[in-house]
Amino acid sequence: MSAAALVLRGLSKEYAKGKPVLHGISLEISDRGITAIIGPSGTGKSTLIRCINRLVEPTAGEVIFGGQDIAKLDRKALRLARRQIGMVFQEYNLVERLTVMENLLSGRLGYVSPLRAWLRRYPPADIERAFALLENVGLASYANQRADSLSGGQRQRVGIARAIMQEPRLLLADEPTSSLDPKTSVEIMSLMRELCTERAIPVMVNMHDVELAKRFADRIVGMSDGSVVYDGAPGGLSDEVLKAIYGGEDWIA
Amino acid sequence: MNGDPARVAAKALTHPAAVAPSAFPANWWARAGWIALAAYVVYATSRLDFTWTRFVVGLDQGARFIGRMLPPRIAQPDTLVKGLTESLEIAILASSLGILVSLPVGLFAARNLMPAWVTWPARALIAMCRSFHPVIVAILFVKAVGFGALAGILALSVASVGFIGKLFADAIEEISLKQVEAVRATGAPFLSVVGYGVMPQVFSRFTGFATYQLDSNLRNSTMVGIVGAGGIGGTLFAAFQRFDYDFVCAILLSIIGMIMAGEVLASWVRSVFLERGKVDEE
Repeated sequence: MSAAALVLRGLSKEYAKGKPVLHGISLEISDRGITAIIGPSGTGKSTLIRCINRLVEPTAGEVIFGGQDIAKLDRKALRLARRQIGMVFQEYNLVERLTVMENLLSGRLGYVSPLRAWLRRYPPADIERAFALLENVGLASYANQRADSLSGGQRQRVGIARAIMQEPRLLLADEPTSSLDPKTSVEIMSLMRELCTERAIPVMVNMHDVELAKRFADRIVGMSDGSVVYDGAPGGLSDEVLKAIYGGEDWIA
Repeated sequence: MNGDPARVAAKALTHPAAVAPSAFPANWWARAGWIALAAYVVYATSRLDFTWTRFVVGLDQGARFIGRMLPPRIAQPDTLVKGLTESLEIAILASSLGILVSLPVGLFAARNLMPAWVTWPARALIAMCRSFHPVIVAILFVKAVGFGALAGILALSVASVGFIGKLFADAIEEISLKQVEAVRATGAPFLSVVGYGVMPQVFSRFTGFATYQLDSNLRNSTMVGIVGAGGIGGTLFAAFQRFDYDFVCAILLSIIGMIMAGEVLASWVRSVFLERGKVDEE
């Protein structure tokens, strides 16, 4: 077993007082491989992921990353921690009216001063890497196209490339394939696995497609009602376990 | 009132002889409102000595006035050109200054990005800038900085901050926060979040507001001169007082020409700035 890239201890979130969405989640994410979080809608998967880089403020608990507790960082330190955590979103969240290249380079915003970013004066090494990465995700000829002219699959490729541009030490993905068709979903997951394996970036991904999770994840965490109810290899996802995660059984083929 | 429609219908079924419900119930409040408005119009007319005879006499006078305006004559070409250029300068400088100031003010006033203690003062400033007509603000500035173009520039800048600041803040409040969230997640500092997450989403609308304001400043810059704040307005007013109606006519025609030229300029500015965003015309 390798070292942990991320440790969650007793992580809780209440949007409304007395109604916790996350019940003291404790998890260790190892420094490589894909960990898939599965579970029914509204079970707090997205909240869990967003608590890690504090797009959502956790109510209690620790998020240990890079030797410090992210939950306790001030704004400046949080910014520096976020630079090392890439994020991929369900609806891609690209800046629609910027070009593909500008979207990619926005992955470097944590490292470049606002003035240089504004003037598009990025270090040549960043630009070189952006072009190489565009090549990797198969969008080399789209560099100067606006993001809103791309298809869903293409947008998510840009989303992944943007996250990789950060040279992150952890990649978070919030339902990255839920807005895509099955074939494109597989392509996107393959791309993500390929890029992150090459660079030894651990991935924590939310999914609701069990089959897709089984196919790509090295480890599966099943959540139900804000708690972890399964944590283990994809092979261990028996019908019993799925019933515990999603409830009911009629849907299991 | 009408009561529950279902019950009314049921009643009509069981008692066919009962009065059928009205399809167009009378709205007595609306009727009272119309009557009150009509009564006030009659009252105000009587108070302001607005009579038919005065109107007819006035028509006659108007015809004579127009007769004296024609043909237009450029009595003082130098003054005319000086006034027009000064108006143009006032309009462009005031627009530039106003746009520059309204960018941060509008951003600070956006409630989806800023905490309440920032938006409140910014919104108060915008409301203040909007509460007075430019001519009133111009009078204040003439008192403060003296006669001349500076007062006009400052007055129209204030109006520009009020107008663009408000619309800019509203535009920012309508952006997609998902894009902002993504930029924030990269660890970008605040100014970069604004530059990459916010500005691209509002830039085309902002350009629209700015060119509209330039257009509006051009029109207002011909007027602030009446109170001594520089521009062609002063020349116009002086010509009126000298009964130089043919010169007045020439001034009015040249103002129309300038406004039209401004319109062309504004649409050119729009096309330059929005060239790469043609698809987003809302």
